[in-house]
Amino acid sequence: MADPGYRIEIASQASRYVTFAGAILLVALFLVPFYASRGLVQELIFVFYMLALAQLWNLLAGYAGLVSVGQQAFVGLGGYLLFALTVFGEINALLAIPLAGVIAFVFAFPTALVVFRLRGAYFAIGTWVVAEVYRLVAAQVKDLGGGTGTSLPVAVTNGVFGIEWLKAIFDMRTALARDMVMYWIAFALAVGTLLVVYRILRSRRGLALAAIRDSELAAESVGVDGFRTKLWVYAVTAAGTGMIGALIYLQTARISPDAAFSVLDWTAYVIFIVVIGGIGTIEGPIVGVIVFYLMQTYLADFGTWYLILLGALAIVIMLFAPRGIWGYVAARYNLVLFPLQRRLIARKPSVHETDKV
Amino acid sequence: MTGLFDTIIQGVLLGGLYALFAVGLSLIFGIMRLVNLAHGDLIVLAAFTILAVVNALGIDVFVAALVAAPLMFAVGFLLQFLILNRTLGRDILPPLLVTFGLSIIIQNGLLEAFSADSKRLSAGALETASISLGGGLAVGVMPLMVLLSAIAVIFALNLLFYWLPLGRAFRATSDDPEIAQLMGIDNRRIFAIAMGVAMVVTTIAALYLGIRANFDPSIGPARLLYAFEAVIIGGLGSLWGTLAGGIIIGVAQTLGAHINPEWQILAGHLAFLAVLILRPRGLFPRAVD
Repeated sequence: MADPGYRIEIASQASRYVTFAGAILLVALFLVPFYASRGLVQELIFVFYMLALAQLWNLLAGYAGLVSVGQQAFVGLGGYLLFALTVFGEINALLAIPLAGVIAFVFAFPTALVVFRLRGAYFAIGTWVVAEVYRLVAAQVKDLGGGTGTSLPVAVTNGVFGIEWLKAIFDMRTALARDMVMYWIAFALAVGTLLVVYRILRSRRGLALAAIRDSELAAESVGVDGFRTKLWVYAVTAAGTGMIGALIYLQTARISPDAAFSVLDWTAYVIFIVVIGGIGTIEGPIVGVIVFYLMQTYLADFGTWYLILLGALAIVIMLFAPRGIWGYVAARYNLVLFPLQRRLIARKPSVHETDKV
Repeated sequence: MTGLFDTIIQGVLLGGLYALFAVGLSLIFGIMRLVNLAHGDLIVLAAFTILAVVNALGIDVFVAALVAAPLMFAVGFLLQFLILNRTLGRDILPPLLVTFGLSIIIQNGLLEAFSADSKRLSAGALETASISLGGGLAVGVMPLMVLLSAIAVIFALNLLFYWLPLGRAFRATSDDPEIAQLMGIDNRRIFAIAMGVAMVVTTIAALYLGIRANFDPSIGPARLLYAFEAVIIGGLGSLWGTLAGGIIIGVAQTLGAHINPEWQILAGHLAFLAVLILRPRGLFPRAVD
């Protein structure tokens, strides 16, 4: 075969080190419940599900150009499904979480049928309307507490597969074993989301997404089906968001329509994380969630002033550094941890070839 | 039967209020293609501004609204000139995220300044006055004023668009901002004035919002959604369409509440979704976007 004179590279030097360091970090994080305090474990659960939500929103908005401010629809749906499946269906919560994901996936299609009729910015408000419809319908489900909500029976939260097991092996209290199981579910969801998003972006579909993001018209002219690609991303995101919602309300063990479909908790914070970290990169949400966690830990006591600060920070970043912290770092140090760009590397012409020329 | 008829009349009158919410949003959509997620919170800000003027000067709410209107014009002008103009461009993310951040700032700023307590604007005897229509039907003077104000505002805006040089500049920048600039129009200033005008309309909407019902810092987003629904139902670029959209939402809400009080808001949203499925471009579309 003729030498094309270039080769295509995706991985970078940094990314190879990161794979190694990342593996060590993952093992360390996996073992956290064995050496850290319960408080830290619970905080990390929060960090994990916010990170997973941020990755999914980033896939949706940063890559597919579907800027949704209505993802709380699927968080709340997942939460309510968990309650319905475990309380009425008597399914173990560990199975109810993936099942909630599947059902959220199915729900995404009729939802998309409506919101996909709106484009761009109008799509954003359309998703918000739909999330409100979800909230108002959930408030009509009297068996799950209607507008005031309900609590998960202790039998459900303590009956999650693995808890009895841990209690038997390590001779620990139920509450501790429950935290450990929740931690590993959250950990699995966060890492799983990260890997799925990464795999999607490295795949043909990811290439199609990037093409649509850069120019939908041009992408369609070379055969990318924009509508189907976006619909698929929307549904996958809904499934992931629904699973995270199910986990959140398994851990909280109490649900109400206003909390489960809260635009502040499940969309505003998530957008903040992505924007401050760097939209359109996989690393961005990771950086963003760390910043958000620190701010939440040290500043949340300031209440309204804290929220004003978050809003102002998001505006300043969007106006003056739209690519976020990671965008700035990556551009400055040419650093890529999760390589997605395909680069053409020109081969240096060999002496032999130079002679021929 | 009278009950149903009465419900529909109340819905039409309520629609006037939603149309007033929506006209400001429609104006900004139309002129600078900006989708303002903080619109609902700006309505609430205007209501609190009127309240603050009433409290500070001890004057009638209608006079207070006259004082608040230029203040809100200034707020709109500066907001657009200093911040929002920087976000306009091909990318839809900056305007959306900046106005979303703004929404959170306004909500929490109002919470800090006025607390979470429900407030109300008092219009005295006007609030309870009504006109009999015969056959056991009566309409409140206040709701009727709201609808008539909505019609008057849309009429005035149409006059502005089609008879005044400023309106011509609005239409020109809306059609093609670059060519407008070549013709000597300063887009940034025109956009800022448009936002100012939208905020004056918003002040009128806020006046009636505050007289009609209680308000607190958290109710902005819901007003944004009603306004948005009215704009989309009416079709982009048509102010009379927006009025029709507002009335459809209003009637759907009162009919829903007529069946079950808990279904009021839901019925309005469902009417919007139904129109979106059947007529995605709205009932009277004029603009393409």
